[in-house]
This record gives sequence, structure tokens and C-alpha cells, in this order.
Amino acid sequence: MSEVPALSPTLARRLRTAGAAITGASETQLVPQARLSGPMPWVIAIMVLLTAIAAAAGLALGNLAAQASADLAGGVTVQVVNAAPGARMRQANDALAVLRETPGVAQVRLVPAAEVNALLEPWLGTRSDDPAAADALPVPALIDARLDGPANAAALDRLRARLAEVAPDARVDAQAGWLEPVFAALDALRWLAVALIALLALTMMAAVLLAARTALDSHRGTIEIVHMLGGTDAQIARVFQRSIAIDAAAGGALGLALAVAVIIALGRRFEALGSGVAGGAGLGWVDWLLLGLVPLAGVALATITARSAVLRALRRML
Amino acid sequence: MTGPDAEIVRFDNVGLRYGTDKEVLTDISFTLFPGTFYFLTGASGAGKTSLLKLLYLAQRPSRGKISMFGTDAITLPREHLPGFRRRLGVVFQDFRLIPHLSAFDNVALPLRVAGVEEDDLRKPVADMLEWVGLGDRSHARPATLSGGEQQRVAIARAVIGRPDMLVADEPTGNVDPDMAVKLLRLFEALNRLGTTVVVATHDVHLLRKVPDSLIMRLDRGRLSDPTGALRYPPRRAGLVPSR
Repeated sequence: MSEVPALSPTLARRLRTAGAAITGASETQLVPQARLSGPMPWVIAIMVLLTAIAAAAGLALGNLAAQASADLAGGVTVQVVNAAPGARMRQANDALAVLRETPGVAQVRLVPAAEVNALLEPWLGTRSDDPAAADALPVPALIDARLDGPANAAALDRLRARLAEVAPDARVDAQAGWLEPVFAALDALRWLAVALIALLALTMMAAVLLAARTALDSHRGTIEIVHMLGGTDAQIARVFQRSIAIDAAAGGALGLALAVAVIIALGRRFEALGSGVAGGAGLGWVDWLLLGLVPLAGVALATITARSAVLRALRRML
Repeated sequence: MTGPDAEIVRFDNVGLRYGTDKEVLTDISFTLFPGTFYFLTGASGAGKTSLLKLLYLAQRPSRGKISMFGTDAITLPREHLPGFRRRLGVVFQDFRLIPHLSAFDNVALPLRVAGVEEDDLRKPVADMLEWVGLGDRSHARPATLSGGEQQRVAIARAVIGRPDMLVADEPTGNVDPDMAVKLLRLFEALNRLGTTVVVATHDVHLLRKVPDSLIMRLDRGRLSDPTGALRYPPRRAGLVPSR
């Protein structure tokens, strides 16, 4: 094994100085450090836990809306609403033929009666296989089409115009239109998550502010002495901000660990639902990365808040 | 050297009142010169501690002008105060040691605050503690030290940075006569190195132990200059008064 060359005394000294500047080894002694023993790490753990859960909910809802929107983006439903079964099926088949030849329609299929019945089963119960009995309560014939582009108003108008002649009872609707209220609700929930995160950040700032002021009050005598000995506000503030940063880091790590456990447990519950909609509400690796940033943001916020609170209080001293 | 540059401190008609009470210091005018040893005397309540607070920049006056190291100390921006304070050594009457720090760390504090590296401060701090007779108590916390020992730690902390001016409030009040003389010799040694020393005391015996010292006497907040030396200090080491 080759020997590691010894550092020159100057370099060693510079490294020690840099290390002390980063860790604040000499300054940390100015006030007694009661790290991890006060309420601050626990307060920050709770804040980070709640923030991470709110952020996860917001991200999952965003994913859900994005996936549903993508699934339905070019989707068009054609309903042929005619009480006479023969006319209904004839119009449906004609409409199917026209749609297959219409430029811009990527896929089109007639939804089988069994599938329509299955969709209606929660509301109408099991429908009889006997056509006569089934026609006692007629249901529209459904055509599921997918366009190359978005199913906007112009595209729908074009389809309506082409179908008007062969299927006068056809109603053409964008599938996304049915889910507009759902998207609006999802959007509202996402804004609620953002508002919750903002409120939690404000609460954490308030808690840090109180902790910094309490620490300043309890060490006022020491701070005055350090001032009298030529200590600068920045030196004193560094001590407090470092102490709070360490508390925030410990609390943040704990809060994130708990949040990850809660999110995974909730995710499994949603997976167990087996619903296609809920399945779209998963978190990707970018989302997990963003959640990992929550405690880091918490540490940064706590440190900046503590520093500004301490500096503001010190400026009131001579 | 002549003119204001030769002054270390100058007070012009300084008054100090706390809140709306009557003035505790009235029309204080004097000049302190580098390398001079001053005793500040007066009865209890005469205003000695208040005057010292003005000297070590812990208090702004209610009126008048104070210049320190050639700079107006009244209008001095707050961010410049640390630089000025590092040129001062202060021995507080109540010692004001930091309770959670050892004697060594208390004495090392001014050097650490000034950014001196650990390797460079160990020996001078150990030597200073040895000199004040506390070499074997360097790890002791203030609470475990006697009043006299705490006072010696406070003095060691005040002089460790070789200040331009040392301000001491009753520095020998809690030590035995032998240690008092020894501490006074330390102040004299510092004074010979160029440090201006201001010692507040009510012990008249102490005044005789430093023959070259000048006396500032406070009486109910007013400064008397019985020898005229504050206005016309004797020529020393090429220094002359500025007026």
C-alpha cells in the first residue's frame, strides 16, 4: 500500500480553518448547544411529515389528472339515440362506416351491447338477454372513436356534419367533456395542497422565529459579552442558525421517513382498489425526488428564518 | 506625535441619563493618551461604572461628543463597533464570564472572536492562565472557581488580546492584597507596552502603587481634575496633549 503524502503545515492549517468555517467549531462554543433536546426537531418533523403528505397528494392528483386527460384527449363518443332498435342499429352501422372513412379518425369501434349493459348495470341492474325485454327500456348505441388530434369543438362540428345525413339521431361528444367537473375538482384539490404547504411553511417559520427569540433571550448575557469582546452579529447569528439547521435536519429526516411510510401505505391501499382512475394517481421517480427536497427546503427555510430573526434582534442591541 | 491622532479617547461635555431620570454623568470632558495609566476614583454611585460603559462602547451618551481612536464614536456605524471593541480589553465588575465555558475557553474567547486559529491561541492562553496563577484550573467552569479566581480569569480574558486600551472596573476587589499587587503589575506591564489603562477603584491604597498614574475623580457624576493632568497631561514618550 502506498503511503499517503503528509500535508504541509500551511495546507493542513488552511484545511482546518476551512473546516472550522464550515462547522463553526470555535463559534459553536459561544452559546451552549442543546441540540435535539428541545421541541424544535419534533415540530419540524411534524411539519415536514404534513408537508410531504400534502405534496404527495398534490403530485398524485396532478398525475391522475394528467393521465386521465391523456387517455381522453382524442376520445369521442357517438350515441345513436333512437327508440326503434332497427333504426338505431342501422344508423349506428352507417355512422361507423362514415367514421372509418373520415380523415383524422384514428380508431373507431361499435361498443358491444354486452359492454354497454355492463356499464349500465350499476344503475339499471342486469338486463335481460331477451331482445324484446331489453328493448322495453332502450339504450343508445355507442360508438367509441379516437381522433389523431384533440377532440375540440371544431373537430366535433366536422364529425357532426358528416354524420348528420347517415345518422340523424347521432349525438357527438368529447369524452373529456364528461370529466370536466372531475378535472375541476382535482384542480381545486391540488390548489388546496399548495395552500396547505404554504400554510405549513408559514407555521414552521413562526415556530423557528419563536425558538430563535427564546434562545436569544436565554443567552442574552452571553451575547452581550461576545459583543463586548468584538463579536460580530454574523458570528453570533451563525451559532444560532447552525443549531437550528441541525435540529431542522434531524426533524426533517424523521418527518420524511414517516411521510414515505405513510405514502407507501396509502399507495398500497389505492392499488388494492384496482380502479383505473386511482391507478393513475401513482408517484413517479421525479415526484419522489421532489418529496426528498421537502426536508431540504425545510432546513433552508428554518436556517434563513433563524438567521434573519437573530440578526434583527441583534440590531436592536448596541 | 501631536494633534487628535495622539489621543486615544476624547470626551467633550458628555452627559448621560438613563430614561427620564436626572443625569448620572454631567459635563464630562477629558482626553486619554496612549500609554498612560489612569485611575478612576469616586464614591460608590459617583458614576464610575457608567463612565466605563461609555468608554467600552456599551452605552451611547445622552449628549456631548466622544471620539475614540480618532473617530467619532457617537455616529460610528454599528457594523464598525466590533472592530473598535477588539481594540479594547474590559474587566467587568461582575466578571461576566460565560458560565458554560472553561477558564481556558473564556480567556481564549477574544482571540477566537478575532479569528485567531486554535493552534496559535493555545500557548498564549495557557501562559496567561499560568501568569494569573490558574494554570491548573484551565478546565474549570466559572461556577467552580472562587470569586478571586473568576476575577483573574476575567482579567486574563481582558488582556489576552493586547488591547490598545484596558478598562477595568474594580479589578482587584475580590483578590487578596498580594494578588492585587500582582495584577496591578500585569496592568503596568501592559501599560509599558503601550496600552492605555483605565482602572476604576475606590481603593486609595491602590493609587499609590502606580506612581506615574493619573487620577480621574468622579463626584456625583462630575469629573474633577485635581492635578490638571487630564487637561494638561505630562509629556511622556514623545506624546503631548492636543490642547
